[in-house]
Amino acid sequence: MASTQEIQAGLGEILEEVAGVTPADATPEKSFTEDLDVDSLSMVEIATAVEDKFGVAIPDDELGNIKTVGDAISFIEKNQG
Amino acid sequence: MTTIQQQQGATGARILGLGGYRPRRRVTNDELARMMDTNDEWIQSRVGIAERRWAGEDETLVEMAVAAGGKAIAASGLDPDEIDMVVAASAGLKHPIPGIGPLVGHRLGIKRPGAFDLNAGCAGFCYSLGLVNDAIRAGSVRNALVVGVERLTDVTDMSDRSTAVIFADGAGAAVVGGSDEPGIGPVAWGSDGDQHNAIEIATGTGFMVMAGQAVYRWATTKLTDALFQAMERAGVGPEDIDVFAPHQANLRIVESMAKKLGLPERTVIARDIVQSGNTSAASIPLALTELLETGEAKSGDLALVLGYGAGLTFAGQVLRLP
Repeated sequence: MASTQEIQAGLGEILEEVAGVTPADATPEKSFTEDLDVDSLSMVEIATAVEDKFGVAIPDDELGNIKTVGDAISFIEKNQG
Repeated sequence: MTTIQQQQGATGARILGLGGYRPRRRVTNDELARMMDTNDEWIQSRVGIAERRWAGEDETLVEMAVAAGGKAIAASGLDPDEIDMVVAASAGLKHPIPGIGPLVGHRLGIKRPGAFDLNAGCAGFCYSLGLVNDAIRAGSVRNALVVGVERLTDVTDMSDRSTAVIFADGAGAAVVGGSDEPGIGPVAWGSDGDQHNAIEIATGTGFMVMAGQAVYRWATTKLTDALFQAMERAGVGPEDIDVFAPHQANLRIVESMAKKLGLPERTVIARDIVQSGNTSAASIPLALTELLETGEAKSGDLALVLGYGAGLTFAGQVLRLP
């Protein structure tokens, strides 16, 4: 099980790789679309990368509820392992 | 018991000629931005399209199919009499009866061909190619004309910016004939019917709706296997592929697939979507025709193609370009 810090760091790496977001900017309160300029298709790429890295499944209907970096972190925490 | 006699077909089949038809009207992103809430930057970053072609009233499915088919026949060097099958692949037929295959054949001077329409969404061209490849090798057909033809603007809601910026019109055709040296590999095809409503013409409105995120995820994660299967069945690897021409649905899907395949630097990647939009079953033959006309691809090149779309369906194969 990854800790909250590990999840945040891992998510930061994915955001940098997929959407060119500077990891330091990926703080929990940031909205993917509003603050980090991540579009809906990049969200799909982030979801599949998160699935591979943390072993969680993020169905498309759940993906719509993940608006902020914090939402993603808590989703992974709840569903990992 | 009387034995039912069988026919002997050709050892292999190959594409003898390709041809395309692009509608006259060119629609740029700036023109769309005057019609709906969108802009060039938004469209280019999401789907990679700079412009597309929209068919006029006189550019019907049959007229476009005849134009593309005629060019493919001319390029093949065959006489229309030597063709005995016509398959018209189209996903958005507004008027399904009668099918257009027989009329397209008649208009091209092909005498009484086996003719029908095939709807496998945007995968229709590759499904058709798989079928005629097998029919030629089984001896049911000597030469076949396959046309992918679409007027997606007929079934697109021009106030829905998620689809109106993407879908377009056009036709692309291939003449396929028997050959000693196989020029079409075994097809790798299948479907994921559990996602049948991810792309559909909605009952009531008659307009296409698409679950963009679901389709994007499917295309970028589930189709890589089909691409490798097509190469494996043909006995080739990524290092042998000269041209990669997947269905032109979204430039980001094209790039994602190319990256996952690990193609060599020299492989030419079809990006016809930039100037043509998504023309569904017409996109692969249109893209191949364009690459040959511009000289980016040449006769004898080995191409990997994959059609995929509504159904959800997919079909891919390795081809030798004519």
